[in-house]
Amino acid sequence: MPSIKLKNISKYVCHDVSLEIFDRELLVLLGPNGAGKTTLVNVIAGLTDYKGSVLFDDVPVDGLPASKRGVGYLFQDLILFPHLDVAANIAYGLKAQKRPVSEVEARIDRLLQMMKIKHLSRRYPKHLSGGEKQRVALARALAPSPRVLLLDEPLSSLDAQTAKYLRTGLKQLQRRLGLTTVYVTHDLQEAEEMADRMAILEGGHLEQIARPEEILFYPGNEKVSDFIGAPNILDCDYCHSLGQGVMEVGCGGLSVVVPHDRDSVHRIAFFPRDVYISETRPPGPGVNRFKGTVTGIELADDAVRIELKAGENNLLAEIPHHIFEDMDLAVGKEVFLILKLRRIRVYENRDL
Amino acid sequence: MKRLKQLKLGWGILPVVIFLAIWEIIARLNLIPGQFFFPPFSTVVMEFYYLTANGVLGENFVASLVRVLIGFCAGSVAGIAVGTVMGWRENINKALNPVISLFYPIPALGWLPLLMLWIGINEALPITIVFICSFFPVLYNTVTGIKNVDKDYIQVARTLGASDVKILTTVVMPLALPNIFTGLRLEAGMAWRVIIAAEMVAIPTGIGALMMRAESLIRIDIIIVCLIVLAVMCLSFEKFFTYLEEKATARWR
Repeated sequence: MPSIKLKNISKYVCHDVSLEIFDRELLVLLGPNGAGKTTLVNVIAGLTDYKGSVLFDDVPVDGLPASKRGVGYLFQDLILFPHLDVAANIAYGLKAQKRPVSEVEARIDRLLQMMKIKHLSRRYPKHLSGGEKQRVALARALAPSPRVLLLDEPLSSLDAQTAKYLRTGLKQLQRRLGLTTVYVTHDLQEAEEMADRMAILEGGHLEQIARPEEILFYPGNEKVSDFIGAPNILDCDYCHSLGQGVMEVGCGGLSVVVPHDRDSVHRIAFFPRDVYISETRPPGPGVNRFKGTVTGIELADDAVRIELKAGENNLLAEIPHHIFEDMDLAVGKEVFLILKLRRIRVYENRDL
Repeated sequence: MKRLKQLKLGWGILPVVIFLAIWEIIARLNLIPGQFFFPPFSTVVMEFYYLTANGVLGENFVASLVRVLIGFCAGSVAGIAVGTVMGWRENINKALNPVISLFYPIPALGWLPLLMLWIGINEALPITIVFICSFFPVLYNTVTGIKNVDKDYIQVARTLGASDVKILTTVVMPLALPNIFTGLRLEAGMAWRVIIAAEMVAIPTGIGALMMRAESLIRIDIIIVCLIVLAVMCLSFEKFFTYLEEKATARWR
């Protein structure tokens, strides 16, 4: 399977985007709506004209139309052909390439089995559920044995349960077939689950491309940090194991207990929404409970963001409006913070 | 299930039976002055029998039918062909559309005087009229059908490796079928309305001509027979295309 290189791609919102997708890698394109994710995928597929160059295995494919690029594309709305039954939908690409009938039949049979949809082969798309359509569309995209697989928010129309189930299957399949894959989503959690590497796009610019944990612990700039939820990131000065799968780490004068039990901890991160604030000393043991001082209050649409100083650290907490209104918070006030143990993320590698 | 269907059919026929009965009663009771101009239904049925038996009706009916079939088939095939090209290639659409928009509003019968002089009074005349009557509406419905096919289907087919011709024949045309059939269905009935008018004015044979001769002989019963034949043909042509459309698209729509 090829590696893919984009060189100085410009189209619609996208400006001068360059990135590389390695052989057999699953790269997630992550960004808010209108960031240019679908545009980039269409550029790779050859479905739109563009400035710049696309290379598969260092060979430019800019002159090749979509039908000759050998790309499997799973569209956001799936776009099954309504006038063809499941088997004919899957066969479409093979027949378009004039493969011999016996080969087509064998391949369809194998795909129907692989996707566990053999019983649906004579049904028309209007009689399929969301998850079934999903699998048919994937089988159709895979049928002509593409070199590259492009997935544009393929699970966005499904309920959370089905999406989670299919996500796991999709990842395993991608591994097994060793397909170079680009996966578009605006959902951070989905991206983290799927990605070998993530590329963060915003306003048509590539902000950062890295492994998911790197992006979480080392967001390249403010935009990336904001997009992934502005996590609090603290460097650790020391750490030692407490047993039972937990460790105590020291971060800027705070002693934090984290769910980790290996050699070392380099950084920890937790999201503002996972920081509780209390005006009175919280009950229970003093683990992960700290004193802090309010240094700023920002009223946003969805929640209230509280800036705090705890030890030597500047932290951000996020609380719902109705809780904020019940409290008497003001800049300079001393409060108590509680960190949810299981929500603290740990980064152990020093060598980036 | 079958009984239910029969029952429904029975209910559909009932109003027609009542209508015919009222007609018969009014005519027989002389409720309308000058009974001569208003024959009862039974007389019309008898006349239908005579006209069929002596072959007059059959002969004229076949003449009209052949004209409709040839004109309509040729017009539809041409309409679908040109419509497909126009719907598929935007530059051809841009080139042809202004000219066709100019011709489209002219009613088919409006061409009659011109064609009488150009073609002369022969078999080609009514066929040409039916051709024109079918061509434009089928063309427009085809263009609309082809253009309305979601571009996403075309893009999917492209990524699957299909050529443009393949995409047109295996994706775009099938998805445009419902629209194309709408055009065909409407024009199948319209072809009969137009052929009758043309035969009444310019052609000496056919159902329309038979009606004009009956008029000059003051044979109301023959005129009514012709009208009934016309109604039945319009209806059955339209129903035929409804049936074909069902057959072709009901599975997936």
